[in-house]
Amino acid sequence: MAGLARHGVSRRSFLKFCTTLASAMALPPAAGMAMAEAMAAARRPSVIWLPFQECTGCTESITRSHAPTLESLIFNVISLDYQETLMAAAGHQAEEALHNAIKDNFGKYLLIIDGSIPLGVDGAYSCIAGKSNLDTLKEVAKGAAAIVAMGSCAAYGGIPKANPNPTGAVSVSDIIKDKPIVNIPGCPPIPVVMTGVLAHFLTFGSLPELDKLGRPKAFYGETIHDRCYRRAFYDQGKFAKTFDDEGARNGWCLFELGCKGPVTYNACATTKWNGGTSWPVESGHGCLGCSEPDFWDAGSFYKALSMPASPLKTVAAAAAVGAAAGAAVSFANRSKKGAAKAAHETTTLPDLEK
Amino acid sequence: MSEMQLLTWARGTGLDLAISIFVLGVLLRLFEIYSLGRKKDLSEPRTVSGASGMNTVFRRSLPPPGMLKNSPITYIGGYIFHIGLAIIVFLFAPHIKLFQDLVGISWPGLPSQLVDFATVLTIVAMLIVLADRIMKPVKRYLSTFQDWFTWALTFLPVLTGWMAVHHLLLPYTTMLALHILTVELLLVCLPFTKLFHAFTVFGSRWFSGAVNGHKGVAV
Repeated sequence: MAGLARHGVSRRSFLKFCTTLASAMALPPAAGMAMAEAMAAARRPSVIWLPFQECTGCTESITRSHAPTLESLIFNVISLDYQETLMAAAGHQAEEALHNAIKDNFGKYLLIIDGSIPLGVDGAYSCIAGKSNLDTLKEVAKGAAAIVAMGSCAAYGGIPKANPNPTGAVSVSDIIKDKPIVNIPGCPPIPVVMTGVLAHFLTFGSLPELDKLGRPKAFYGETIHDRCYRRAFYDQGKFAKTFDDEGARNGWCLFELGCKGPVTYNACATTKWNGGTSWPVESGHGCLGCSEPDFWDAGSFYKALSMPASPLKTVAAAAAVGAAAGAAVSFANRSKKGAAKAAHETTTLPDLEK
Repeated sequence: MSEMQLLTWARGTGLDLAISIFVLGVLLRLFEIYSLGRKKDLSEPRTVSGASGMNTVFRRSLPPPGMLKNSPITYIGGYIFHIGLAIIVFLFAPHIKLFQDLVGISWPGLPSQLVDFATVLTIVAMLIVLADRIMKPVKRYLSTFQDWFTWALTFLPVLTGWMAVHHLLLPYTTMLALHILTVELLLVCLPFTKLFHAFTVFGSRWFSGAVNGHKGVAV
C-alpha cells in the first residue's frame, strides 16, 4: 500500500478499483478486499508481453484503461519486464531484459501475447531480433505459468488469418498445447477484461473460469444483443433502415444495418469504452463481432445476420436448368400421350360382331 | 470448423445451394404438372366453371359439415400450425429482411413477442397433430415415411429458431446455424415431397372445382 501511495494511488481508489474488478467478474463482494490484499502484498509478478503479427491496437486499448489511475496501478502491481511499445529499452538492452525476466522468473511469469503467429515461409513474415515469432513463442512459453492471448489475433488468428491468410497466421493456442491459456479476444479487447484477468491471477493464483473458446465467462458469458440498451427496439420491431434516417436518430435497433450483436459474446454493452463514455452501438454503428473467431470473413459488416453472407451465384443458372428440364419433361410427356393416342385401335361394330 | 464458420457457410454457400435446388425443383415440378393438361371436355358446361373453381379454393379451407366435430384435432391443429407458420415466416423482422434481400420487397413485421407466442402455439399444435397421427390407428395405418419425414422437416426449423431466440441447449451462434441449415434442408426437399402442396394446393382446388362445375355439380 505504501508503495502505491508513493505513486499517488490512494487506499480508497485502490480498493475502489479492486471492488470494481471483483464485481465486473461477478465475484462476491469479499473478493474485492481479497484482491486488494493480494495485489498490494504480492511480490510483483513478472509479466512478459510479446507483440507478434499485430497492429499495437491492443496496447493502445490498454493504455486507455478507465479504471482509476490504471496505468500507474498496473505497472506497480505487476512487473512488466518486456513490452516493446511501452518500455524505454531498445535493441540489445530490450533483449537482455527479456532473457533476464525469463531466467529470474522461470515457471512463474505471466506471458501476454498480442498478434498472430505467421507460419508461412518458415515464419519469416514477422521476426524480432532475428528470430521468428514461432521460435520466440515456443522459447518464452516454456517458462510461463500461464499465457494470456490478448486480442483476436492472438486468440484466433484475427485479421492476419482472414481469407486468404497470406502469411499462414495462427493463434497462440494452435501452437502451445501444454500451458493454461486464456483468450481475451476483441479488436481491441476491453481494458477492464485484461485487468480483471490479471487481478484474478494475482489473487487466486489461477485463471478465471473460461468458456469453450477459452474466454473468461465473466466477460464473455452473454451476447452484445442480450445486454444491448437498444434491445427493446428489436423486440418492438423498430429498426434503423439507414444510418441517418428517423430510426437511427431515435436510437432504434441496428440489426438491419448489419449489427452482429446477436452472435457476439463480449462485455461492451455493460462495461462500455473510454471510461464508460460510450460504445460502438451507442455511437450509432452496429457491432462488428470482433471478439468472435473469423469475424473478418463472416460476411459483410453491413448485411443483417438473416441475409445471405455472400451473393447467391448459382440460383439464376439453377432457374434456367429447372425451366429447361421442366420443358423437356413436358415434351416427353406430350409425345408419350401422342404415341399412346396414335397406337390406340378403334373398335368398330363389325369387330364386336365377330 | 468454428461456430462462426458454420454459420457463415450456412448463410453463404449453403443458402446458395439450397435456394438453387429449391428454385430448380419448383420450376421443374410446376412445368411438369401444369403441362400435363387434360383432354378437352366437349360437353356443354352446365355452370360457369371458373366461378366454381374459385368457390372451391375457399370452400376447401373450411371443414365440411360435421367434420370439425368428427376430427377436431386435424382441423383446429391444422389451422393453428398453418397460420402460425405464416406468421413466423412472413412477419418476423429478420425473415422479412431476408425476403427483402432475395426478392427486393419488404413489409412491416410484428413485435418479436407476438411472433414468439405464435411460435409456441405452432410447436404445440404440431406436436398434438403428430400425437394424433400416432395414436389414431387409421391415421397411423395411412401414414407413409413421407408423412413423418415432412413433419420433421417442417418442425425442425421452427424448433431450432425458437431455441436460438431463447438461448436453449446450445449457444445462439450454433443454434442459429442449425436453424438456417434445417431451413435449407426444408428448401431442398420441398419441391420433391408432399410439401409441394404449398405451390399446388390452390391450383388443384381450382381445377377440381372447375371440372365439377362444368359437370353441373357446383361446389
